[in-house]
Amino acid sequence: MPTISVDKAALFKELGREYTTEEFDELCFEFGIELDEDTTNTERPIVDGVQEPPQLKIEIPANRYDLLCFEGIQLMLNIFLGQKPLPEYKLVPPPSGELQEIIVKEDTTKIRPYVSGAILRNVKFDEARYASFIALQDKLHQNLARQRTLVSIGTHDLDTIQGPFTYEALPPKDIKFTPLNQTKEMDGEELMTFYEKHQQLGKYLHIIRDSPVYPVIYDSKRTVCSLPPIINGDHSKISVNTTNVFIEITALDRTKLEIVNRMMVTMFSQYTAEPFTIEPVRIVSDHNNETRVTPDLSPRVAEAEVSYINQCCGLELSAADISSRLTKMAFRAKPSANKPDIVEVEIPPTRADVLHQCDIMEDVAIAYGFNSLPRSFPSKSGTVAQPLPINKLSDIIRVEAAMAGWTEVLPLILCSHDESFAWLNRKDDGNTAVKLANPKTQEFQVVRTSLLPGLLKTIRENKSHTVPMKIFEVSDVAFKDVTLERKSRNERHFAAAWYGRTSGFEVVHGLLDRVMAMLKSAFIIGEEGLENSATAESQYFIRELDNPTYFAGHAATIHARIGGKEHVIGQFGILHPTVLEKYDLKLPVSTLEINIEPFL
Amino acid sequence: MASDMTAPILDALSASDAPLLSNEAFPSTPSSNIKSALDRLGSRQFIEYETIDRDVFTLSAEGAEIAANGSHEAKVFNAVVAALDGLKISELPGIVGKDSAKVGQGNAFKRGWVKKDADKLRATTETIVDETRELLLTVQRTKALSDSKALADLKRRKLVAVTKEITYKFSKGPKYAREFVKEETDLTPEMLASGSWKTAELKAYNFNAKGAHTTSGALHPLNKVRTEFRNIFFEMGFEEMPTNRYVETGFWNFDALFVPQQHPARDLQDTFYIADPLVADAPREDPPEDPHRLKSLTTNTDAKPLDYKQYWENVHEVHEKGKFGSIGYRYPWNADETLRLVLRTHTTSVSAYVLHQLAANPRPARFFSIDRVFRNEAVDATHLAEFHQIEGVIADFGLTLGGLIGFMEVFFAKMGIHQLRFKPAYNPYTEPSMEIFGYHDGLGKWVEIGNSGMFRPEMLESMGIPKNMQVYGWGLSLERPTMIKYGVNNIRELLGHKVDLNFIESNPAVRLEKN
Repeated sequence: MPTISVDKAALFKELGREYTTEEFDELCFEFGIELDEDTTNTERPIVDGVQEPPQLKIEIPANRYDLLCFEGIQLMLNIFLGQKPLPEYKLVPPPSGELQEIIVKEDTTKIRPYVSGAILRNVKFDEARYASFIALQDKLHQNLARQRTLVSIGTHDLDTIQGPFTYEALPPKDIKFTPLNQTKEMDGEELMTFYEKHQQLGKYLHIIRDSPVYPVIYDSKRTVCSLPPIINGDHSKISVNTTNVFIEITALDRTKLEIVNRMMVTMFSQYTAEPFTIEPVRIVSDHNNETRVTPDLSPRVAEAEVSYINQCCGLELSAADISSRLTKMAFRAKPSANKPDIVEVEIPPTRADVLHQCDIMEDVAIAYGFNSLPRSFPSKSGTVAQPLPINKLSDIIRVEAAMAGWTEVLPLILCSHDESFAWLNRKDDGNTAVKLANPKTQEFQVVRTSLLPGLLKTIRENKSHTVPMKIFEVSDVAFKDVTLERKSRNERHFAAAWYGRTSGFEVVHGLLDRVMAMLKSAFIIGEEGLENSATAESQYFIRELDNPTYFAGHAATIHARIGGKEHVIGQFGILHPTVLEKYDLKLPVSTLEINIEPFL
Repeated sequence: MASDMTAPILDALSASDAPLLSNEAFPSTPSSNIKSALDRLGSRQFIEYETIDRDVFTLSAEGAEIAANGSHEAKVFNAVVAALDGLKISELPGIVGKDSAKVGQGNAFKRGWVKKDADKLRATTETIVDETRELLLTVQRTKALSDSKALADLKRRKLVAVTKEITYKFSKGPKYAREFVKEETDLTPEMLASGSWKTAELKAYNFNAKGAHTTSGALHPLNKVRTEFRNIFFEMGFEEMPTNRYVETGFWNFDALFVPQQHPARDLQDTFYIADPLVADAPREDPPEDPHRLKSLTTNTDAKPLDYKQYWENVHEVHEKGKFGSIGYRYPWNADETLRLVLRTHTTSVSAYVLHQLAANPRPARFFSIDRVFRNEAVDATHLAEFHQIEGVIADFGLTLGGLIGFMEVFFAKMGIHQLRFKPAYNPYTEPSMEIFGYHDGLGKWVEIGNSGMFRPEMLESMGIPKNMQVYGWGLSLERPTMIKYGVNNIRELLGHKVDLNFIESNPAVRLEKN
């Protein structure tokens, strides 16, 4: 969620009163934004001998692009408080009637196919407004535009350039200009090298760097306005004194392109000579049927059902009441003339978050006040309360192990490849472990295929504990399984480890016997026991195992015969000294690990 | 076995009522023997005693040697005087020894006892006072030295060592008797058999000490909290969902939940993607032999078969063009993206799977899960790459927002949180979305305790859930309330291999409704 910093005094002036921190926090809470911090009583930075005035840091929901700047926050809160009317945004062509044009060349489809534009005429900036104008572009670039990949904005002093403009895609070598705040002219290739190490811009170069053509916007005199999405030209740069601002926006995503355009112009047309007027720009782009006039500021008219809104909110509001409450949330709404259950809602260009009538329903609930809604208690249910069978089985084993004097631990599920394989003297056959593509550390390379690494690491970190240590875990491991939709499956395991001055081999063996007894599984001796069909439904036996994880002659596989079907459910043994060395363990360790799923 | 001192102590005391000192009464008996006898007698109030300890100074081997034969410098002086006409320096080690020659020569110069004359040493005085020896003799005699500066110097030179001497000052106790009758320490089967219990006196029990240590196993504190939450869900009629799937597809983890494909949550920065295996299958029916399928949903005979292809198409369309009354996100939806495999970032992926099953026969239902989820986050005191998510889902026809609030009040009251308030929030798959804040009495402030909302129609109707059925969903982490409740500040002390086993073993039983 983005956090926006606004000048406290300026905001309270716009809201027409002072608020205590608590009062303002309460207002934010009701409206659905969150006051993160009021810096009044904190140490604030001093720049050029002037201390920063107190700021309010406000967290904004990720889909409310109209609240990403001071202008939006003050306007929407004022509307919510009923102190300001809904603005009516107007497209006003220049007196000549001739719209500025951006002519799009077909080659742009190879790199960044969409462009949109708008002009703010006779805009009046001051230091704060200008800073906010720059900051909004930055916020939009970071959030909605996904670090400029999807959309990027260029703003220009229209009085320094001359339309019609062209949007082209050219080989880097052929694009020559002086980038913003630089003195030297460079071509596209030189520019990439120049900005390679740049703290802010370096991270955007990859978006176009390897393309044979770069997107570029020229004015009619072949002045480079911008090289989207990297940087503008120095020639047309804006300042606090600029009065006519040309905004061009390029994009890969057409929907987000127009959202960005609407946000820029609706927020900053507050400062044009006649507030909320915007001069449109014609986009000429016949090759992809994108010839049009931008921005489109006409509200979208949606229908919302009165019965649906009332049902979800548990209210019985009239269509008229709903309509008037919606004004607080910046909608124009009225009961439909001919459909009694319908409210017609004009969704303003500022509200890109409204997709469905459920979004309108939520705004009715916010306007009414979440905490004032009539409470009820849902009492119908068709389900019978019950645990997941594998979890119930796990709990039985967990409780039995703890009652037998063992301590439950909860290590992590992700581990390194070595911990899973090499350190246990196990080989990775490539068909076992689920491997991660993008872990931030080596600790998280694979999903564990055994519970042993977690147990052994827990012992390693607890060496100051008295010995013997007896620990266990009942949890899932995961394996690759290409036959399934998700190409992997979990398996529920029970594992235990002993660490002490003796090997503990018989002790883990005894724990196995105890758990088996509690699962009504009878011990039989070797396979001959199978013929002698014991009384129990379930039987188990063990066989000596020769395996490099364990000390020779002191390991076994565990076989279970459940309902006549035989499973190899696991192993136990004294860990091999080389395993102990890898895990930095100084005393003997015996472990037990079984798959408990056959006992379901 | 050390000799029993109880009788000698009682004898010694019989002569007088005044207290005695152990080092005077029994100078040659080891103090540990005396201590055990005093304890035995003291616990039965035969005697009373106090412990006096003081520092005692004794000579080291070198110190004792000096006390006997004089200091190094005195030996050098004596050797020089004995030589009558000066002593050749080279001959000195042969007479006084190598060590004494080296140290003693320097000190003798410093004290002005000898001088150098070509290759000879000559005495400059006739008599000397060997101070070091005098001091050491005093220490040897009195085990102390009043001149603390000199004492410190001797300690520094390692001529004197300090030890603690323990002396007991003991006197008659209220139950003093000349004869020590040993009491029985415990009631034994023999006493019961012989009837001697009738006259036996049991040793007084120490009511100020703890009982014998009980060895025991322990369940993990986080799992104990989990058990409490599961019980709350069971009490309220919820069925547990099959969350035993760490690996999910982009489809179930994101697309099915109406999370757009460019959403930041899908960044490599936030989500673990799987390199091997690489590509999932499109959603399809589970194998019938899968033992973890929800029985209540799969054994229902009224259920109509689920159309997975239609579901896929619905999801595609509702993202790309809009459907079910939604204008959608209007972007080109990419099938490859939805077939990428991820480690689930929330258990809501399983809720989506279960709700889709419910769509085969939509009816009021309640489900919950508590299980591990994964985020590709940098690890710090409050973040781990893994944690547990608690999730609840209620489906019914005609649910209201006030019903969700009312339900949350009952749910959280069961864990001792009685004051709630709700903040409008944003979540891609719920609308309305509410953040739940609870008033924490201990902290004296409102704390965010969970997220809740009604699942979006784009998500539900794509599955085939009818429009007039609403579904609540809410979630919280298992770790956060546990940390708040038990004052744990670092999540790594609660989950993972760095957790202290002593913490697990000593953590009290969890009773969420109590503080």
